[in-house]
Amino acid sequence: MAKPGYDTICRIVGVEKAFGPNRVLRGIDLSIPGGQITVLMGANGAGKSTLVKILCGVHRADGGHIELSGDPFQPTSPAHAIKAGVVTVHQSINDGVIPDLDVASNLMLDDLNAPGAGFFVNENRLREDAKRVAGAMDLDIDVRTQVADLGVAARQLIAIARALAKQPKVLILDEPTSSLSATEAERLFTLLDRLRETGVAILYISHRMSDIRRIADRIIAMRDGQISGTFEDAPLDYEGAVTAMLGHAMTQVDIDIPSRGDPVLVLDDVQLSAQAAPMALTVHRNEVVAVTGLLGSGKTKLASVLFGITRPHSGTVMLDGQVYRPSSPEDAIRSGVFLCSKDRASNGVVPDFDIAQNLTLPFLTRHASLSFLNGGSERRTTNRMIDQLGIVCQSSADEIGTLSGGNQQKVMVGRWMAEASQLLVLDEPFQGVDIRARRDIGRTIRATADERATIVFVAELDEALEIADRIVVMSEETIVGEHRNDDVDLNAILAQVSGVAGATTPNDPNPSARTP
Amino acid sequence: MTTDTRSTDTGVSRPLPPSVDRSQMLMNLAIRYGFLCLLLGLIVFFSLAANGFAGPRSAVFIFQSVAITGILALGVTCTLVVGGFDLSIGSVATSALMLSAYVMVVLEQSALVAVLACLLMGAFVGFINGILIVKMRVPDLLATLGMMFLLIGLQRIPTEGRSISTGMTLPGGEVAEGTFSNAFLWLGRHRFDFVLEDLIPVPVIVFLIVGILVWVFLELTRHGRLMYAIGSNERAAALAGTNVNRYKITAYMISGVLASVGGILLAARLGRGDIASGNNLLLDSVAAALIGFAVLGAAKPNAFGTAIGALFVGVLLQGLTMMNAPYYTQDFVKGGVLVVALVFTFALSARKRGGGH
Repeated sequence: MAKPGYDTICRIVGVEKAFGPNRVLRGIDLSIPGGQITVLMGANGAGKSTLVKILCGVHRADGGHIELSGDPFQPTSPAHAIKAGVVTVHQSINDGVIPDLDVASNLMLDDLNAPGAGFFVNENRLREDAKRVAGAMDLDIDVRTQVADLGVAARQLIAIARALAKQPKVLILDEPTSSLSATEAERLFTLLDRLRETGVAILYISHRMSDIRRIADRIIAMRDGQISGTFEDAPLDYEGAVTAMLGHAMTQVDIDIPSRGDPVLVLDDVQLSAQAAPMALTVHRNEVVAVTGLLGSGKTKLASVLFGITRPHSGTVMLDGQVYRPSSPEDAIRSGVFLCSKDRASNGVVPDFDIAQNLTLPFLTRHASLSFLNGGSERRTTNRMIDQLGIVCQSSADEIGTLSGGNQQKVMVGRWMAEASQLLVLDEPFQGVDIRARRDIGRTIRATADERATIVFVAELDEALEIADRIVVMSEETIVGEHRNDDVDLNAILAQVSGVAGATTPNDPNPSARTP
Repeated sequence: MTTDTRSTDTGVSRPLPPSVDRSQMLMNLAIRYGFLCLLLGLIVFFSLAANGFAGPRSAVFIFQSVAITGILALGVTCTLVVGGFDLSIGSVATSALMLSAYVMVVLEQSALVAVLACLLMGAFVGFINGILIVKMRVPDLLATLGMMFLLIGLQRIPTEGRSISTGMTLPGGEVAEGTFSNAFLWLGRHRFDFVLEDLIPVPVIVFLIVGILVWVFLELTRHGRLMYAIGSNERAAALAGTNVNRYKITAYMISGVLASVGGILLAARLGRGDIASGNNLLLDSVAAALIGFAVLGAAKPNAFGTAIGALFVGVLLQGLTMMNAPYYTQDFVKGGVLVVALVFTFALSARKRGGGH
């Protein structure tokens, strides 16, 4: 599959992986050639992370095989994969660094671990080696600094430097620029350019169009566990790649935009932080607004302002004509504003609880008299939501951990739909769920939307297209565009999302338009 | 519930070979009822092997030996439920012991004043623990360890390190003339008639009442539910609108008050402010709460398990004592029980829960 002139370093043939009944990878065939940057694009749940985790030894494939430089490659652990030459920089930065150690120890951690490393640490040599590694990628940090004192971007660069110090055959970067500024990202790209010349095979995972335009030699699009498109002829067909990534899902869900009711939530001149431009937004009853934007575009910040977790820097928020300044989630819930948080594992699911206990958690007063819980009332509400959302389970007394990710997410959404709200905010409600669960959740959200205002935060554009009456785009912690969800101009939205407003030509090589 | 746990693993039932099904079922039965069966087996064994073990007097003796430990253990259970830990309970109990003696013997106050002072002290210490943990962000083990040291030292200062009893010479030179009132001693020494005359001592009744109250609070009320939610996933509980800080502070206050109740009962039994008493209280009660994880396969802190855990240790020690095991083997036996219970909880139950995503 590789183009002539480039040797395939890593070949993936027919790899499959399932978690329970959920088939995440359905036969992936993929070659990663040396000396090229292969960009892997795909929506959430497309299977990118699972594929990466198989390559770096976290998961084992159920079927198919992988070859590395012609030899069979079956990593059994991350250490094994690294030893074989497959090095990964993960998306969550803190997996890559140890905050309590200094920069030098972080950079040289693998040497400290290596067999034959001396019993005593030679501080001077450690620092010299660390300086060499840092210098190789123009990393301008005093190696004696504690990593805990550094910002996110610097930590990310350290994690990358550490990966490069291992002299990998295959380098996998999972959304490496999501926390980098434009200058830092450019420094990374320069480094990748240099690395490409040395013949390393680079697999770069991102859906940031500006990154992809800057560095991609080939684009592989993934969708629902399969390769949905391969693009390697210059000039690269970026729009084709986006279409292959999104598939035709957007045309399958027909949005009937209903007439909207009176305004429920009005943001006036709200600044999320001191640097952010002020923004205005009105959300009406019987309206579903999708807010989309990249990681760090301010979506989560806006959600936490609405739910009383943080306060906006300035501006007023009105709810039903009254000034709305919630001081805590408790306060927000009392005013009828509910938030279904993103990252259900850390922010939503109570692992020790069964379905009913998880679902009724915020509204226990409704299921208790004189503080004594009424199990029958809890079960009735839970069964109603199980039916409404199509949660696959034996009964409401199933432990939450026995459910698949999609069904767990349905329980989380059901938690906040079980009671009537003024404003329902859902932050990434489709995170890590398969297409069928996504449709079930989306349908239920739309079907029950008439009595409230609904805001859905999604990073993926196709999810926004599937659920919203109106799509609002955020970038740099403010609103940069609004689109009614009929015949939307995808390119215009994508340009606003990546902060390259107005730049719609596919080959625009202008990464610097993203302000730091 | 135990019969169909296999099929809930994936949410979709899959046919399994019957042998796998049966061994799974046995495993689940073992996790759920293993510890209770062991307790029952022990009782039967000692009844046959040790003369006089079976009988109301012996049963009451066991209850009496674990009552104070059990009350403290129920308190620490509440802090374990919210994902915390309270190392200060032992020292709160001994502080209450010294405080009640000081109030009655030195300040010459009534039993009621002594009891109220102790309960207030327990609530206050729990409140400070909670504030240290919630507001000052001191990790729970360290905060309550610090409090433990503080109290061990504090309780010795007023009497310059000596025990308190009627007729003792105070640091100022005068003689303490107050006495433990009869009403106070009643708390530790009175026995109610039940089947036999003068059978059940007050501390056992208090233990049973506290056990039922804590169980009802944790299992049946929404407050208990929210405390379990906090212990399982604090962020999720907070984002569901739970006032996490208030519940955590409450848990430490419950723990402090129950520890002081234990101290009051101990003082009433001893009849003097003995500076050397209560050394084992902390370890014994923490062990009871941890053994409780294994009861009914709960794999989490729970009031019923804690009470059973305390009784288990009591039965074992009483039985061994009656079979002439020397006293110095007691801690060894307790340690053994604790390790077995922890294996029950973590190795076996974790295996049952594994296979999730």
